[in-house]
Amino acid sequence: MATTTFPSVPPAAPPLPPQDSGTKIVGKKPRPTSHSQSGVWVGIFAITMSFAAFTSALYVRQGSGDWIHVIVPRLIYMNTGVLLLSSITLEMARRAFLRAPELERGAIRNSLLWLGITLAFGLAFVVGQYLVWRQLAAQGLYLATNSNSSFLYVLTGVHALHVLGGITGLSRLIVRMIPKHVTLRRSSVTNTVIYWHFMGVLWLYLLLVITVRL
Amino acid sequence: MQEHSAQEAHVHAPPEGFLRKHVFSLDHKVIGKQYYGLGLTAVIIGMVLSWLMRFHLVWPTARIPGLELFSKAGAPGGVITPEYYLSLMTMHGTLMVFFVLTNAPFAGFGNYFLPIQIGAEDMAFPRFNMMSFWTTFVAFVILIAAFFIPDGPPISGWTAYAPLSAVGNDAGPGLGWGQNLWGISIAVFCIGQLLGSLNFIATTLDLRTKGMTLMRMPASTWAWFITSCIGLMAFAVLLPACLLLILDKNAGTSFFIPAGLVVGDKLQPHAGGSPLLWQHMFWFFGHPEVYIAILPAMGIVSHVLVASMRKPMLSAKVILYSMMSIGFLSWLVWGHHMFVSGMNPFSSLLFSFPTLTITIPATIITLIWLGSLYGANIQINSASLFALGFISMFVSGGISGFFLAQPSIDIYLHATYFVVGHFHMVMGVAAIFGIFSGTYFWFPKMSGRMMNETLGKLHFWFTFVGTYCIFMPFHYLGLVGNVRRYSSFVDDFMAPLLPVHKFITIAAFITGGAQIIFLFNLVYSRFRGEQAPANPWNATSLEWSMPSPPPWDNFGGKHPVVYHDPYQYGVKGSKGDYVMQDSPEAIVEE
Repeated sequence: MATTTFPSVPPAAPPLPPQDSGTKIVGKKPRPTSHSQSGVWVGIFAITMSFAAFTSALYVRQGSGDWIHVIVPRLIYMNTGVLLLSSITLEMARRAFLRAPELERGAIRNSLLWLGITLAFGLAFVVGQYLVWRQLAAQGLYLATNSNSSFLYVLTGVHALHVLGGITGLSRLIVRMIPKHVTLRRSSVTNTVIYWHFMGVLWLYLLLVITVRL
Repeated sequence: MQEHSAQEAHVHAPPEGFLRKHVFSLDHKVIGKQYYGLGLTAVIIGMVLSWLMRFHLVWPTARIPGLELFSKAGAPGGVITPEYYLSLMTMHGTLMVFFVLTNAPFAGFGNYFLPIQIGAEDMAFPRFNMMSFWTTFVAFVILIAAFFIPDGPPISGWTAYAPLSAVGNDAGPGLGWGQNLWGISIAVFCIGQLLGSLNFIATTLDLRTKGMTLMRMPASTWAWFITSCIGLMAFAVLLPACLLLILDKNAGTSFFIPAGLVVGDKLQPHAGGSPLLWQHMFWFFGHPEVYIAILPAMGIVSHVLVASMRKPMLSAKVILYSMMSIGFLSWLVWGHHMFVSGMNPFSSLLFSFPTLTITIPATIITLIWLGSLYGANIQINSASLFALGFISMFVSGGISGFFLAQPSIDIYLHATYFVVGHFHMVMGVAAIFGIFSGTYFWFPKMSGRMMNETLGKLHFWFTFVGTYCIFMPFHYLGLVGNVRRYSSFVDDFMAPLLPVHKFITIAAFITGGAQIIFLFNLVYSRFRGEQAPANPWNATSLEWSMPSPPPWDNFGGKHPVVYHDPYQYGVKGSKGDYVMQDSPEAIVEE
């Protein structure tokens, strides 16, 4: 994928094509090429679809009548808090980065600091979810114990996998921001931030499903 | 001299080194060819499997020399066991549906031509693109590995119905590690297709060149775009389904396995799962998958036909709207695969209605093709012959769909060869005809050489007549009650049908053999074919405004500017009866 040095100067508007032919140009304003903003939204849609499938499966499965409610460890709420905090710190990182048009070192360092905190929170969330699994196991609730525990492990596990994807994205941003000559597209930052916020929203939804349904 | 947008294209650097150029390439054109090659490999394997099945069906005790070396357990002494017949069937279906019908018309041609047809230098995410191909390749290797493990390939069919697919070897051979490999392969395949679909959508939305509005995109691009939207939703559901199936099978969960299930005289240690849940999840993917296979072929056929007719379609826009309607309705009809599954009969009615409705846009598209053909001075060549053949297959196979869409008729026909005939014609062979049409049409652009027309026409007539000989009799067999999925027909009531089966088997061998003409043509033309000009068909879309084969950066580092709708045929242009999309000249009706 091509990278351009930030800040990317938008290319000059192309001259209008000749109109004397009588052909109407239904053009769009020039856009920076190869900088796709739609990708992250399309990805979010696909992930939403997958979790919709899991939810439908949960509802159908619940119809079997062997539903035994699970008492979720309290740690899960702390993890939720950590994930939500990480969204706030990431937002700070994004603002610090985008407010520095000339990429002053100070602003970049500020952004890096917030990114580091976000990464730490993200890792803490995943570790926290693992500890939730350990606590469930200590209660005697394993993946195959009953249908509710199966769904609990599957939903949290698949969500954690997606969070790990986000952690990879955050690490990539940090690695790109460390060198003196920063080569990072504005859209890379925005896309990673959107994805990370979505992880938080998705988790809130899953937490609702877990506490109400499981 | 063509006008170009002043905007420089930001392309990746020219590829260097063998690996980057030909193996782990970021170039959408190389990736498109890789998908096509994978599809070609899969279709050859899938066809050989169908030969083995057809042979076994009519000569169940005959020996196939050498087969025992391939599978000792499945073909002791070279004679296929009934279980191995089911393994072959599973692998045939899986290879054909996933690795041929999804790979070639959508991922293959789509990767190659979608960016070019919208005037982009590459896909939006070239690295994702490379990853999506190699992920698909890994899925293929995992699936094929099932042939070489002691357990053998699964016997559960390409639909892998739970609970039998979820309880392991108690239910039969191949359901241990064979089924695991199947599940892992399909899950990995889903990831590859999701990455691919994401890329297609983002590319179409973000990378269209100046003047290339959505309504100016060629029918083929529209078809790939709609298909990628369907694929994004369908594979996003199959992936969780595969995950749950793998967990049921290996981790002891009970998503799909009910309580008290006894298989192989053993009580299965599961409780409360719903076998119908698997069918719902599978077919929620499975029916849209039919359109993932057929829509790109429809796009290709429209694209080829209009260039061969030298006049515009009656209404290209209505074709687009109909394709969108098919895409939308494809989400409401999955239950018509489950009329005999034991679900609530009232649900059957609910699924029957949209299924019958979906025939309306399909019929509209067909009528527009036929109506446009009326009075057209059609240029007959291999590409247009296969496009016409597609219409024939689609109509012949589609008509039986009207019957199967109604539960009262489907209940009788569902487990018979009628269904086999229906889906092979309307989805399988029709899509393959689309692939052939696209191959003959675009080969000059992809390779810089023309394909041999005489061989192409010979290939068409063998394939066209042959496929009718194979699949039409299936319908008659089904109507008289010939059940499907059986490995031989020795019962009294089916024995009289054996001559028909023998006819089909012989036709299958001849038609399959005729594909050697195509393979020869493909290889021979690649090296010895006539040099192809930039625009051999005098066609209008952007792929024909660049040299054949295209340079690595497509448009030489610039973006073309688009002035016209895609199909300006039958007009007075400076080059003849057409005006190219990127030509600034005015359109003068003839």
